[in-house]
Amino acid sequence: MKDRAALWMVLDAEERIDLDGKTILDATSGNTGVALALVCAVRGLRVELCMPDKLSVERKRIAVAFGATLTLTDPLAGSDGAILEARRLSQDPKYVYVDQYANPANPLAHEQSTGPELWTQTDGRLTHFVAGVGTSGTIVGTSRALRPKGVRIVAVQPDDALHGIEGWKHMATAIRPPIWDEAVADEHRTVGTDAAIAMARRLAREEGIFSGPSGGGAVAAAVEVARDHEGVVVALLADGGERYLSTPMWE
Amino acid sequence: MAVTVRLPGALRDAVGGETKIQASGGTLAEIFADIDRRHPGFRSRVLDDQGAIRSYVNVYVGDADARSSGGLETAVPEGSEVMVIPAMAGGR
Repeated sequence: MKDRAALWMVLDAEERIDLDGKTILDATSGNTGVALALVCAVRGLRVELCMPDKLSVERKRIAVAFGATLTLTDPLAGSDGAILEARRLSQDPKYVYVDQYANPANPLAHEQSTGPELWTQTDGRLTHFVAGVGTSGTIVGTSRALRPKGVRIVAVQPDDALHGIEGWKHMATAIRPPIWDEAVADEHRTVGTDAAIAMARRLAREEGIFSGPSGGGAVAAAVEVARDHEGVVVALLADGGERYLSTPMWE
Repeated sequence: MAVTVRLPGALRDAVGGETKIQASGGTLAEIFADIDRRHPGFRSRVLDDQGAIRSYVNVYVGDADARSSGGLETAVPEGSEVMVIPAMAGGR
């Protein structure tokens, strides 16, 4: 899923800027970083990622395997610390800071791909779309594609500033992504980390779906939506469980 | 024994607005109990209902991850630094 935003952002940068000798730069807590590293490997571009130190090893190692350079930031500052470091580094003209939190190509990827695909794959029966909010690119872009068709958009955030739902933002306490607009959603819900992880475990055991905490969180919220409303509810799972094997999540 | 405990912004509200506080105790359990005495509710933010470190919270004593070095019984030497880190805090 994150490959789409990464591809759209890199292709957009290629169109606008001569990337010869430049390094693609972004702040990430992992998954878009992995996606950017993948896309840059294929496009023959250098990429540097600012990530909080002491993240679990999987995403760091995968990004490095794709050829990325990592700049590790203060773990206590979380992903906001990585954003501030990327902003600082971006003053150097050798970098092209794609800034997934502010880049219109991020939601555009989902407006042009994810939204229309969901509509087609549900034969136009989709009534509710549920997704977590991180950069907000997924929900903003998908909303633009689906809301005009009458689909209700449900945005989900962690219920606490201290949370373990990788990729999601507790907007009240985090740096607000410039692309985020609350008005794209018809409903706003919250999910706790324990409930998200419990649902991820249940998805593995009952459905054979191996997701990360954010996937569990999205489905936990979707189950609540389905209790409250009749219709065809789609939850977006953007993350695989394999990337959390070194964490206590699967112990 | 006095140690320094560094906390993420997400826990600042639990300890009166600070991100760096002093605490005393010889183990992590004692240190968290000491903080909880002064800031009731702190422990429940970091530990789960069974009293274990929450799965989405990482605790380091110096550079060592407490989860692999004794959990809450990890010894915390005088003058060392304890870090409480959310496993994640948003943005992919």
